[in-house]
Amino acid sequence: MEKFGMHSQTEQLHARHIGTGNADTTKHQWLTNQHRDTLAHYVADYSMATFISIVEGESIVRTKFNMLQRMRQPCGPPPAQTKEDN
Amino acid sequence: MSDNLKAQLEAERRKRKELADSSAGARDIKFDTDIYNNSDKFAGYDTSIDTGIAEDTTNDTVAVMPPAPTTGRFGITAPRELIDELNGVVGEEEEEDAFKALQRARGVNRVIADRESDYQKRRHGRQLSPERGDGGEGGVSYSEAMRKNQLDREKADLLAKIKKAQDTADEKRAAAAEESRAEDVSQPQKRRWDVATPVHHQSSTSSADVAATPKRNRWDQTPADVGAVVATPRRRNRWDETPQPTPSGGVAFSERPKRVRSKWDETPAMIGGSAATDFGATPSAAQMAAGASILAKQLLGQPDAMDARNLFQTDEELDSLLPKDGYMIMEPPPTYVPIRTPARKLMATPAPLRGSSSSEGFLIPEESRHIDFDIPKEVPGVGPLPFFKQDDMQFFGKLLDGQSEDDMEVAEKRERQVLRLLLKIKNGTPPMRKVAMRQIAERACEFGAAAIFNQTLPLLMSPSLEEQERHLLVKVVDRVMFRLGDLVRPFVHKILVVIEPMLIDEDRYARSEGCEIISNLAKAAGLPTMIATMRPDIDHVDEYVRNTTARALSVVASALGIPALLPFLRAVCMSKKSWQARQTGIRIVRQTAILVRSGILPHLRSLVDCIAHGLDDEHLPVRSATALALASLAEAAAPYGIESFDAVLKPLWLGIRKHRGKGLAAFLKAIGFIIPLMEVEYANHYTREVMVILIREFQSPDEYMKNIVLKVIKQCVATPGVPAQYIKDDVLPEYFRCFWVRRMALERRQYHQVVETTVELAAKVGGAEVIARIVLDLKDESAVYRNMVMEAISRTVKTLGAMDVEGRLEELLMDGVLYAFQEQAGEGRVILEGFGVVVNGLGARAKPYLQQITSALLWRLNNQNPLVRQQAADLVAQIAPVMKACGEDELMGRISVMLYEYLGEEYPEVLGSILGALKSIVNVIGMTDMQPPIGDLLPRLTPILKNRHEKVQEHCIDLIGRIADRGAEYVGAREWMRNCFSLLDLLRATKKAIRRAAVNTFGYIARAIGPQDVLATLLNNLKVQERQNRVCTTIAIAIVAETCAPFTVLPALMNEYRVPELNVQNGVLKSISFLFEYIGAMGKDYVNAVTPLLEDALVDRDLVHRQQAASAIKHMALGVAGTGNEDAVLHLLNFLWPNIFETSPHSICAVLEAIESCRLCLGPGRILQYALQGLFHPARKVRDVYWRIYNMTFVASQPVLVAYYPHIENDGDNVYRRYELDYVI
Repeated sequence: MEKFGMHSQTEQLHARHIGTGNADTTKHQWLTNQHRDTLAHYVADYSMATFISIVEGESIVRTKFNMLQRMRQPCGPPPAQTKEDN
Repeated sequence: MSDNLKAQLEAERRKRKELADSSAGARDIKFDTDIYNNSDKFAGYDTSIDTGIAEDTTNDTVAVMPPAPTTGRFGITAPRELIDELNGVVGEEEEEDAFKALQRARGVNRVIADRESDYQKRRHGRQLSPERGDGGEGGVSYSEAMRKNQLDREKADLLAKIKKAQDTADEKRAAAAEESRAEDVSQPQKRRWDVATPVHHQSSTSSADVAATPKRNRWDQTPADVGAVVATPRRRNRWDETPQPTPSGGVAFSERPKRVRSKWDETPAMIGGSAATDFGATPSAAQMAAGASILAKQLLGQPDAMDARNLFQTDEELDSLLPKDGYMIMEPPPTYVPIRTPARKLMATPAPLRGSSSSEGFLIPEESRHIDFDIPKEVPGVGPLPFFKQDDMQFFGKLLDGQSEDDMEVAEKRERQVLRLLLKIKNGTPPMRKVAMRQIAERACEFGAAAIFNQTLPLLMSPSLEEQERHLLVKVVDRVMFRLGDLVRPFVHKILVVIEPMLIDEDRYARSEGCEIISNLAKAAGLPTMIATMRPDIDHVDEYVRNTTARALSVVASALGIPALLPFLRAVCMSKKSWQARQTGIRIVRQTAILVRSGILPHLRSLVDCIAHGLDDEHLPVRSATALALASLAEAAAPYGIESFDAVLKPLWLGIRKHRGKGLAAFLKAIGFIIPLMEVEYANHYTREVMVILIREFQSPDEYMKNIVLKVIKQCVATPGVPAQYIKDDVLPEYFRCFWVRRMALERRQYHQVVETTVELAAKVGGAEVIARIVLDLKDESAVYRNMVMEAISRTVKTLGAMDVEGRLEELLMDGVLYAFQEQAGEGRVILEGFGVVVNGLGARAKPYLQQITSALLWRLNNQNPLVRQQAADLVAQIAPVMKACGEDELMGRISVMLYEYLGEEYPEVLGSILGALKSIVNVIGMTDMQPPIGDLLPRLTPILKNRHEKVQEHCIDLIGRIADRGAEYVGAREWMRNCFSLLDLLRATKKAIRRAAVNTFGYIARAIGPQDVLATLLNNLKVQERQNRVCTTIAIAIVAETCAPFTVLPALMNEYRVPELNVQNGVLKSISFLFEYIGAMGKDYVNAVTPLLEDALVDRDLVHRQQAASAIKHMALGVAGTGNEDAVLHLLNFLWPNIFETSPHSICAVLEAIESCRLCLGPGRILQYALQGLFHPARKVRDVYWRIYNMTFVASQPVLVAYYPHIENDGDNVYRRYELDYVI
């Protein structure tokens, strides 16, 4: 394998860091990861979680739960592949 | 096997016929037929004769004619060494290339089979069994395998009985032999083939009588071998070239005492047995190899030097052949030169196939003229190969037959493809190999398991396999296995047979390679298959097979988890059927413990329970194996898990009372490993119990036992619960009496064991106690023994100090050490180091002895022998700190003056040591009090810097650096400048330590005399061609800048950048890069100063400029992160960014690293904004780079990025906006 080349160790990188991408990453995949990162951040950060729950008028735990649920498909289902994508 | 061989023979014969026919077409060319007779010159000859009968029979009482052709056809012979050379050439080595011969001459032999021990050689006896099926189509089912195994066992039993019977028969026969010999005297000793068979032959009709015939001759060999093996006493005469009786075929390699090598069984043992291949199994590789290599030899027309037909005829023989009158012996003409070129020699009559029992006999290869004697370098479809070995013919010969592949079956075609790939992998150049390796892995499923493994595995069994080849082939197996997954199942046993021997290879890498393959195999095939495959081998008759199987199963256990294998292990260890199975089971446990180390802890109890009953087994091997397994378990579990061993403690301690010899050794070993796990008081109790036995065994003559005893003593003594007084009273006297004797020093392993154990004992009972017992031996007359004593003392003093060595003992010790030092022979470091350690240990108490030591040293420094001078100088280096501590400055002054006078020393090793000694004296005495004064010393050192010897350079530069660091003011600036020029040469040194020391010395000198002059020298040096020199110069510049503050250096440096020369500019950039690396946060004051320069470099056409500038930015941005220089860094980032499309590895690396540094300085949001521009660029090349930058930013600071992600509108069903960010209360 090339040592410094463009694709060195990309496989390991992807395996270790889920949010990373490559030239074939689609918009949907990229944004899904962004949303998951964001949601995880909200859940983990107490003050953000409090802020959001105040705005939404829910309990903190409910807000967190909702966000955790949303993390499964934060941007909805992946769009159907168009012909040119293949 | 024989079918295979026959088929090959047949094919070759056909090929030759074709060749002959094709050459027949050339016959219409006109030439003088009376001179060049083109008729078949073999007309009228038999084309086939029986192989065996070539010479007349000899009785075994007659001495066999020696094969050495010393007595030539003529009265005179060539000089001995020429003949030897010739023999060597014609012999076995002939086909090897010169390089190999060279390697061998140097003692490098890469052929695995040549370095195997007798035990490891047993692998050649194993067979590649047919594929295992699930009881149906084609394969051998589990039950069949078991049945075969059972048969083997019974056969082995039977053979053992037969041997016993034979032995008794032997005795009886001895008397009969005497009688018959008396009769034989009346008969002619030497019978000719044309003489009628003597009368006593009729006895061969009854096989019982054969037994009584002591001298079999060749004519009755065949019937006797097959039918009368029971009673035939095997006398080795020259005709039974098969050393093993043929009927035993399959188990020829089973447990049997080593066979005695005689020159008659040069051919591998199995050749003769080829006819007896049994069970329809694939032949063992050894058989195949042996048979086929002979075939290959014969095809290539290589005469076998050992063959009787090829021997020179002696004068006596010629006399008997030719009539007495009418002939006279001619002197060879003076111009006669014997043929020495092997190629021409080969044109002589080819040697017949020897020892083959094939019924067809042997064909004279009449067309041998057409065969290429050169081994082909080029194989069709493969291309040129770096080499093609003789033995490759048998495997890859098929590729050379020149048949076109168009009209072949698919399977055959596939087979050839695999062969071609394998040949490329085995013999090809690295690029060829790489491609072939990838192909064979990718197309593994297409080829199918059978096509690949049936070619690869026999290759792996080849006797001429080399390490590298094995490695490559094993890699093939591994890759293919990975692709095939569970398709590999039918071949599991075959693979195991091939790989298992690697587990007991002496090479560690081979062992771990074997482990890896087997564990991958286990994962691919699954536990049930593995167990079903190896089950029959667990109680195999051959100990070798059991041993390797145990190791393989332990690998399986570690790969698939011990719990998975435990039920099976339990069953095997309890086996009622055979003790071999129990032994193997226990060995599996042992190997597992060795393999997974502390990983066994969760299963320790179940493993111990599983083997515990083995201690009371009725068979000694099982008991020994159990004890050894317990030892390994305890070793792996240390320091935990004593409670798991509760059950076995009692049998172990009873066992040491009941056993003797090897069995006892195993039990002691187990105890030795278990005692350290115990609670203190238990350890004490059990140690006392076992000590009685240990002390008894001190006197054992057995080496193995001695080693174990020493080890156990060491372990017991190291346990905290054992009181020192007890050791002192009960163990020490006997220990020193038995182990501290000269004899122990002779054997290296025991030497170390004894020293280690003694040091351990000293740690328990105190150093003085031990030293007192051996100190007198420092004056022993045996040098090796003195060494051993010295090593023990020095290690004791090193670990425990010499505080408790007092009074008389101290005197004795110093006396002994001095004596040993004076008397030392050879180069050993032991005495020297020991001296240093003891003197340092005594510290201030060494004062009374220093006078004596100094005079000895001064005398020795003056010695004629360079080695003595060197040792003296080394010793000075070691004891200088002690001399300082004792306040003997004056003595030291004397020594250093002496050393100073010897700076003209011509032996570089000695000179290096002298410089080292001076350095350590300077270190302790200090610059001011140094004698001779530094001002005198340094000018003497400057020329020495030019010395090319590494040791001299290193010590000299160290000394100069020391002086420059501490006492620069004692030397004039001009002298230092002179030094600088010499130092530049040292930047070329190969040793990194020297270059580093030189570079640091520049810094010291610059600090001493100001940076200007040094810098000028260094900047000039940037113009040199040599890269390493320039690199070191740039580092030196950076160091000067660091020691003298950057503002003294940077202006001159940046001015130098205006020199329109590539190397200089790059050097400047590199210096700046190192400079910022060294000064770190101090760089914040210089960012604005260097920005225009870096800006310029970043837009330069030269790639290296940009690369260096990038690396400078990297270090700068890292240093100034958080110091308010973001504007400058952002400005530089804008210049840096276009370089992300560089393709050269070093540049792109430098650029990306610089961007990472900028990220730290500017924050990841900034970099994200840059990266967003190209993430979805239409060009893949652009996307690739941008994603790489995005990834590295993401990995480094993913949480921060959440705040910076762009605002993206929803798209159809997908919600892309992050509404929470819009929330406002």
